[in-house]
Amino acid sequence: MKFLDEYRDGEAARSYAREIARITTRPWTLMEVCGGQTHAIVKFGIDELLPKSLNLIHGPGCPVCVTPLELIDKALEIAARKDVIFTSFGDMLRVPGSRTDLLSVKATGGDVRIIYSPLDALKIAANNPTKQVVFFGVGFETTSPATAMAVYQAARSGLKNFSLLVSHVLVPPAMEAILSSPERRVQAFLAAGHVCTVMGFEEYLPIAAKYRVPIVVTGFEPLDILQGVLMCIEQLESGRFEVENQYSRSVRREGNQPAQKLVQEVFRVVPRKWRGVGEIPASGLGLSEAYAEFDAEHRFGVANLQVEEPAECQSGRVLQGLIKPHECPAFGTRCTPEHPLGATMVSSEGACAAYYRYRRHEPAAA
Amino acid sequence: MCLAVPGKITSITGDDQFSRVGKIDFGGVLKEASLAYVPEAQIGDYVIVHVGFALSRVDEEEALKVFEYLREIQELGELEVAAENEGPRPNQAAPESQLPRA
Repeated sequence: MKFLDEYRDGEAARSYAREIARITTRPWTLMEVCGGQTHAIVKFGIDELLPKSLNLIHGPGCPVCVTPLELIDKALEIAARKDVIFTSFGDMLRVPGSRTDLLSVKATGGDVRIIYSPLDALKIAANNPTKQVVFFGVGFETTSPATAMAVYQAARSGLKNFSLLVSHVLVPPAMEAILSSPERRVQAFLAAGHVCTVMGFEEYLPIAAKYRVPIVVTGFEPLDILQGVLMCIEQLESGRFEVENQYSRSVRREGNQPAQKLVQEVFRVVPRKWRGVGEIPASGLGLSEAYAEFDAEHRFGVANLQVEEPAECQSGRVLQGLIKPHECPAFGTRCTPEHPLGATMVSSEGACAAYYRYRRHEPAAA
Repeated sequence: MCLAVPGKITSITGDDQFSRVGKIDFGGVLKEASLAYVPEAQIGDYVIVHVGFALSRVDEEEALKVFEYLREIQELGELEVAAENEGPRPNQAAPESQLPRA
């Protein structure tokens, strides 16, 4: 396929790897923010092409993984109601709540449906006027414009039986939380190309300057990631800390303005709890006042539900890049995709799932 | 979750910004996507699609930069090597990966 296959060229990848090796003079630690990049790195063995002194650590960029337990529990409570059709991306169905998951709710009679686009939920709502249709809006800045459009169109068409359980999160505050941690290891970021497709990259300029950290907006194919790594190393080796754009075929400096405009109309920025990490100020989206009637938490009276997270799952440390998945004692034994302790083992973008799928037969590094 | 795939617009229906929908060809698989967020996109353009929405038009000129950048650094590298009159050091050979050969 055009704009995919050519970015997987093995010879070009090896050339990039040789160049990275040539200019690297000391150890560096880079974090790729997005779970899609994590999967590409592990699947194609990109990290194995790099010099041993380069450490790629995996970031928090898996929205399913960072959705807090209490929101999963709220979803479970709403989905179990007889008058509800609960719609969600497929990734969320096996994410464990405190006691069960959405797939089990479905198996015991709940009407839980996997949809491809938030607009599908509107069609379901229009076709089922006697039911309440709820969409579980999970995702980063890449996905929030799609959810915003669903809410906007529901309002415009007067659809009263549609509502949104919103768990949208924002990437820059999470990067700042990682950079301000006393355990900080990250020296450069590969920023998430599709988040920046929507948002542009101006909001990263103050972060790069404040924390003196190179940030390279990077795509998702092997050559994109290798070029992003090379651009980071060039900055690190020369003492620069700038925002650069590797993924310029999709990302413009100002991002997608029509998408940003609708997101700003439908949502407002709120503090958000990240699973395994805790609350990060101004890191999530909630419905704005004008669209508050579409808030499923209020419509179904679950807004005040609170739960504690289980201690055994170390996904919070994985999501902050403090440990790699196979360094968790439960990895591959008490925690597998069939019986996950946390969402990082379930989601197709979760770092634990990537290591389980591609690396589980390798011993943990000493 | 942020998975987004490039595809080519083969037809467009709908008039106003919010109802514009494109039929997108993803390497032979046809699927519809909202073009509400890419008002500039036209038939024949490639767009990056995520959960039923086109989020950007692929800039075909920028798309070549990955390869141009590589060519430039290789030329630079050759010049430097020639200047230093030394071959690549043995520890710089990249190990094999699972990438297909070109």
